[in-house]
Amino acid sequence: MGSVVKRRVLRTIILLVLGFYFVLPLFAMGEFSTRGVNDTRSFDSWTQIVSDPDLVDAILVSVELAITSSVLMLVLLVPTMAWIRLRLPKLQRLVEFLCLLPLAIPAIVLVVGMAPLYAWVNYFFGDSPLTLTFAYTILVLPFAYRAIDAGLSAIDLKTLAEAARSLGASWATVLWRVVVPNIRTALIGASLLSVALVLGEFTIASLLNFDTLQVQVNLLGKRNAGVSIAVSLLVLVFAFVLLFALSYVGQRRRQTVVEE
Amino acid sequence: MTAVAPISTKPGGPTRGGAAGRSSALSYLVAVPFLAFVGIFLVYPTILVLAGSFQDSNGAFTLGNLTDLTKGVYLQAFIRSVELSALTAVIGAVFGALLAWAVAVGKPEGLLRRVVVAASGVLAQFGGVPLAFAFLATVGFQGFVTQFLRDNVGIDLFAGSAWLFELPGLTLVYTFFQIPLMVIVFLPALDGLRPQWREATASLGGTSWTYWRHVGGPILVPPFLGALLLLFANAFSAYATAAALVSQGSPIVPLQIRGFLTGEVVLGQENLGKALGLGMVVIVSIAMGVNVLMQRRMSKWVR
Repeated sequence: MGSVVKRRVLRTIILLVLGFYFVLPLFAMGEFSTRGVNDTRSFDSWTQIVSDPDLVDAILVSVELAITSSVLMLVLLVPTMAWIRLRLPKLQRLVEFLCLLPLAIPAIVLVVGMAPLYAWVNYFFGDSPLTLTFAYTILVLPFAYRAIDAGLSAIDLKTLAEAARSLGASWATVLWRVVVPNIRTALIGASLLSVALVLGEFTIASLLNFDTLQVQVNLLGKRNAGVSIAVSLLVLVFAFVLLFALSYVGQRRRQTVVEE
Repeated sequence: MTAVAPISTKPGGPTRGGAAGRSSALSYLVAVPFLAFVGIFLVYPTILVLAGSFQDSNGAFTLGNLTDLTKGVYLQAFIRSVELSALTAVIGAVFGALLAWAVAVGKPEGLLRRVVVAASGVLAQFGGVPLAFAFLATVGFQGFVTQFLRDNVGIDLFAGSAWLFELPGLTLVYTFFQIPLMVIVFLPALDGLRPQWREATASLGGTSWTYWRHVGGPILVPPFLGALLLLFANAFSAYATAAALVSQGSPIVPLQIRGFLTGEVVLGQENLGKALGLGMVVIVSIAMGVNVLMQRRMSKWVR
């Protein structure tokens, strides 16, 4: 019994010490962003978030990018990955390698190669920040691939597809009405991860000179630390809510698998 | 992730007998959009960096860029980057493993675990710039802790130097995404330890120490070392936090590359930035490669 008590004490100490270590900066952000003049409290930094047009624009751009990148990721990955399992197993290793490759190439290195490429992208598509969709879809590939791959592994894709085909469904119908509904939770998981990743991305946006949320926060920090800190706290909390929700999505999937 | 089924069993194929040959050629068309996209936006930029490292500003072959990496400021940047990454990897691995253990012995679907895992995900993957500002708010010149210590304890955090904006500061900030990353990657390994092993040790007369020394410990060594390498690669590739904190000077390699991209380039050295990139890719690939080997060893025991 002595070792059980020791274990509980050790666990409590670890949780308290590291909990304090990680909560302190969050508390400090709250304190710093509500400082007023002469030791008063004020929410000026927070209200300025919505009254700064550059910041609002940047937030909108980042949200749009999160949506476009998730959509492009799904459009590229889902049909390809399902098709490869059904008809082209030879390509499995190549596609897996390509999807995981961004893990070995730091974003700061990728952007060196993308800078000349984006001269062409901006020539063809204009210099809208939404062209970052292309770069971001590459960045989210490893995470999205793993989520979707886990989803496809959990269902009997071949049997489902054969059943639908024998009833006369076209491949498009199989994909849209059989594959997608069956891996719904994996697709939601992949999309939420992509959204969080895009909202947090700084390296590529800043070095290709596009004004996204993180780039604006960084710029703003040079003249008004309070607002930057308020936005940073907001971003961290928002990402936390997103991932916390994701933990329940994952659980639902495990339960449905057990039921089957 | 091995091949799911042999290609000969084509669903839907038999119903249109004559079309089998044509459809297998056609079936490759479905993969074309994905391959084209990845080819243009991932493979092409990568090749551009790798090839550029071996070219001078006129495009002729040279090893000059790579030999420059072994000299002066560039070598120092690599050494500092490796030091920073190794130090924060060790700190992150040790404290992250402890935190992961504290979470793993609790309820599997409990609130504490959900909160720690979600918060770790945020800090490990999406922290970047917000983390830099979290630090300015905490231990910056006007930070909460700085003011508290100055007013109540009489300690000036910045008496020595502006350490927050140099290597010691980066080390401190980096632990805030390294520890959480360790929690995320090490938790599955801890979950893989079966309670039966502990019970078996106990029924044979072993103590808690015997269990960790001869059973749990040896099983966890490969995933721990693998995670250590992943943390190293992660810190080595990190850019955003350092870029937001350090606006002057380029102590580490990613910030050196920023210098090349934002125009602080000496004539005739345009491709040196790409060589720095190649150096980073080589180091990260080695760390990730060994990490994969470690994971293979672990998978013998888990599941």
